[in-house]
Amino acid sequence: MSAIKRREFLTLGALAAGGALITPRVSFARAAAGQGRPRLVLVILRGALDGLAAVPPCGDRDYGRLRGEFALRAPGEAKGALALNGFFGLHPSLAFLGESYAARELIVFHAVASPYRERSHFDGQDVLENGTPVAHALESGWLNRALGAAPGAARREAGVALGQNVPLVMRGPAEVASWSPSKLPGPDPDTLARITDLYAHDPLLSVRLADALMANSMAEEGGAMAPSQPPAAPAGSSPAPAQASPPPAQYAEVVRAAAGFLRQEDGPQVAVFDTTGWDTHANEGGAEGQLAGRLAALDRGLATLKEQLGPAWRETAVLLVTEFGRTAAINGTRGTDHGTATMALLVGGAVAGGRVIADWPGLAPHALYQGRDLMPTLDLRCVLKGVLEEHLEIPARALESTVFPGSERARSLKGLMRA
Amino acid sequence: MQQLGSTLAANRFGLGARPGELAAIGGDGRDWLRAQLTQRPPLIGAAQLSSSAAVLGEAFALQREIQQARRSGNEAQQKLPQFLKPIYTAEASARFQQAVASDRPFLERLTQFWTNHFAVSIDKQFLAGLAGSFEREAIRPHVLGNFGDLLVAAETHPAMLLYLDNHLSVGPHSPAAIRAGLRPRGQRTLGINENLGREILELHTLGVGGGYSQADVTSFATVITGWSVGGGSGLFASGPPGRFVFRPETHEPGTKTVLGRSYPDSGYRQGIEVLNDLAQHPSTARHIALKLARHFIADDPPPAAVERLAGAFSEFGGDLPAVYRTLIDTREAWEQPLAKYKTPGDFIVSSYRGLSLPVDAAHGPLAPFELLGQRTWQPGSPAGWPDRSADWDGASGLLKRVEWADAVGGRLGSRRDAGELAPELLGANLTGATATAIARAASAQQAVTLLLAAPEFMRR
Repeated sequence: MSAIKRREFLTLGALAAGGALITPRVSFARAAAGQGRPRLVLVILRGALDGLAAVPPCGDRDYGRLRGEFALRAPGEAKGALALNGFFGLHPSLAFLGESYAARELIVFHAVASPYRERSHFDGQDVLENGTPVAHALESGWLNRALGAAPGAARREAGVALGQNVPLVMRGPAEVASWSPSKLPGPDPDTLARITDLYAHDPLLSVRLADALMANSMAEEGGAMAPSQPPAAPAGSSPAPAQASPPPAQYAEVVRAAAGFLRQEDGPQVAVFDTTGWDTHANEGGAEGQLAGRLAALDRGLATLKEQLGPAWRETAVLLVTEFGRTAAINGTRGTDHGTATMALLVGGAVAGGRVIADWPGLAPHALYQGRDLMPTLDLRCVLKGVLEEHLEIPARALESTVFPGSERARSLKGLMRA
Repeated sequence: MQQLGSTLAANRFGLGARPGELAAIGGDGRDWLRAQLTQRPPLIGAAQLSSSAAVLGEAFALQREIQQARRSGNEAQQKLPQFLKPIYTAEASARFQQAVASDRPFLERLTQFWTNHFAVSIDKQFLAGLAGSFEREAIRPHVLGNFGDLLVAAETHPAMLLYLDNHLSVGPHSPAAIRAGLRPRGQRTLGINENLGREILELHTLGVGGGYSQADVTSFATVITGWSVGGGSGLFASGPPGRFVFRPETHEPGTKTVLGRSYPDSGYRQGIEVLNDLAQHPSTARHIALKLARHFIADDPPPAAVERLAGAFSEFGGDLPAVYRTLIDTREAWEQPLAKYKTPGDFIVSSYRGLSLPVDAAHGPLAPFELLGQRTWQPGSPAGWPDRSADWDGASGLLKRVEWADAVGGRLGSRRDAGELAPELLGANLTGATATAIARAASAQQAVTLLLAAPEFMRR
C-alpha cells in the first residue's frame, strides 16, 4: 500500500481532476513504520485573521497598491517577508512557521474559505465549527462527530478542549474532556464523593464531573497540573484586566497543557483551543504593530507546542483556521474590515509540508469577491476532510454523511500527510 | 415548601434568593416583579466613580505623555494600565455590590442583559476604564425607558465609538478626506471603518438574518461618519476631551440609502434618523424578543412566547417596561423550572446573596469572576457573552465551581447553617436528595459546599 505514489497537488483544479481516484491507506503505512498514534491540534483563530497579512502574496502586482504603507516588503529586504515559494511570503513575525516550511513540515493554504459567504463573525464561526454550509444548522461540531466515527471510537475522551467550556467544534455525542488550569486546591475525596452522589441522577452534571476528574488525572500524568500561581482563596487579589487577549502567559499555559495531554500514549489524540484578537479593524500595522505582535505570540506558542511534544511531534498535525478573511484593501482607519477568503495552515511532524496549496485568484479589481475581498478558490472543508481522512483515519463515508453533511463537492485533499 | 412562583421570581428573574426573600415575595412572584418596574431606574449612586469623559480625557493626556516619553527614550508604557486598572476594579466592584445587595434584582438582571446586548470588552485599549461608566451612563438610565433611547445612548457613547472604531471613521468625500488627498505626500487615504455600522445592524438591532445587505452596512457606516470622540490626536483632536463630538469635516456628505429608505444629509441627525427607524423595525422586535426569551425562559424558547414579546415590543413602540410586563405574563416562563444553566457570574452573585457574603472592596472582590471564567465586562467580542447552557456547562467549568464552593465552605466554616438556608434559597426547587445530602454532611463547611454544588443551585 505504501507503494502508492503521492501526487503533489498544487491547485484545486489538479485535485478535482485526479484526487478522487486514489485513497491511500496511510494507516497501514504508519503501522508498518512502527509509528505511534496520530495527534491533531486544532487552533481556532477567532475574529477573522487577515490572510493577506499573515501570508502576503508578494508576487501579486496588485498587493502593494491595496496594502499601501502596510504592504510587507519582499523576502530578502529589511523587515521583509519570510520566503516561501517565490510568490508568497510569510509575515516576518512567523519565524517558527518559516523554519517549519523549510523543514517541510508546513503546508500553507491560501484563498481558502468555509462555505459561509456573509460577514458576521458569529455566524462565520458557527459554520466553521458546525461543519455544514448553514449557520446554526447543527448543535454539534465536525470534530466531535469525526471522533465518533474514528476507528476504535468507543474509547472515552479521545479529545480535549483547553478551556473551561467546550467550543462548538468539539461539542456533540462523543464524550470529550475540557481542562483549564486551576488556582484552587479542590475538595477532599470525601466531599468529592458526596458531590458525585448528589449528581448521580443528573445526566448532565454526573458526566461533566466525571469527565473533569478524568481530565485532571490525565493532566497530572502529563505534568500540566503544576499550579503556576499559589492557590487563591475567593478573596484573593484581583489580577489586572488584560490589555491583550489572550494574555501571553495564559496562552503558553494552554499550549503546555495541550502538549501534556497529547504526549501520553493513552491520552487524548485531539486537542482544541482558540485564540482571539484577530479582528483588526483599526491600526493593524505591517511588519510591526498590533497584528505583528499577535502573530509573534501565536508563532511562539506553536514553537512551544513542538518543544513540549518532544518525539510525539512526529505524529502531530496542527491545523490553524479562522472564520473568514478581511478586505483586500486597507480601510479608512488603517485596518481591514470583514472579508471572505483567507489562509489556513497545517504544521507538524506528520505533515507532508514545504508547499503552498493555492489556486490563486489574483487581487486585480475584477478578481476580487464582490469587488472587495480575496476570492475563495478552495473550500476549507477539502482541507479538513483531507486531514481527518489521512491523519485520523476517519472513513470517507463518515466524512460525507455525518462529519460534513452536504460536502460532496468539497473533495478531500489527498497527500497532506507524510506516508 | 415554598411555592414555585416565588422561587422562579427570585432565581430566574432575579439574581438568586437571599434568606427570607422567598417568604417576602409571597406565593405568586409576578406582583413582586411588576413592582420593580414602576420606580426609578437602577442607577448606582456612588460618588467616588468617575464619568467616562473624565477618565477618557485623562487617559488621552496620559497617552500623549507616554508617546513623548517614548520619543525621548523613556519607558512609560505601564502608566496607562496603572491608571485604568483601579477604575475598572472600583466600577466592577460597585456593580457586584449592587447585584448582591439589591432588593430589585430583576432590574439588575435586566441591566446586565442590556449591557451584554450592547457589549463592549475591556480587552481593547481604554475600555477597562470605560466599561463601567458606559453601563452607568448609557444603559442604566434607560433600562426602564424606551429601546430607541437606549439604542442612541449606547451607540453614541464614547466607549462604544472607541470599541468599534467609529471615532476614526472618515467619509471618503468629506472635507477632511479631500484635503488629505490634495496634500502631495498624503499617501494615507482616509476612509470609512464599517465595524460599528455592521454590529449595530447585526447585533444591536435587526439581527443577523434581519434583512440587510453588505451595501446597507457600507452605506450606514458612511451615515455615521463624523460620530467621534473629542480630545484624540491629529484630525481627531478637537472637541471636549472624552466626550461625544460630531465632526462635520469627517462626515460623508450627501443622501444615503439604508434598507431601501433614503436619508437626506442632516449631519449628526442622519445617523439618529436611521437608528430611530432601526429601533422600530419588525426584525429588531423579533431579535430582541428572542434574546429576552432565551435569557429568561429557555435556550430554545417556545416560538409563541417569542411572538408575543415581539408583538408587545412593536405595539408599545419599544417601551421596555411593557415588554417586561409581557414577559412576566408569559406562562411558559413559569412552567419550565431550572431550564437555564447559570452563567459563572450568576452562580457567584447568587452564592453571595444566598450566603450573605460581604463584597469586600479592599480585598480583590473580583477574583471569583476571574477564577470561574467570566471576568466582568470582558466577553471578548461585541456579541457579548453567549446565553445558552452548552456555552457554559463544560466539565472544567463545573469543576471550577465545585472547587470554589469548597473554598467558600472552608472560609465560612460553621458560620452558616446550610440545612436552614437550603429551603430559603432553593424553595420549591429543593430536592429531597440535596436536603438529605446537606443534612448528612460531615461538617458545616461541607454542608455549605454541597449547597452551592447542588444541581438545583447550578441552574435557574
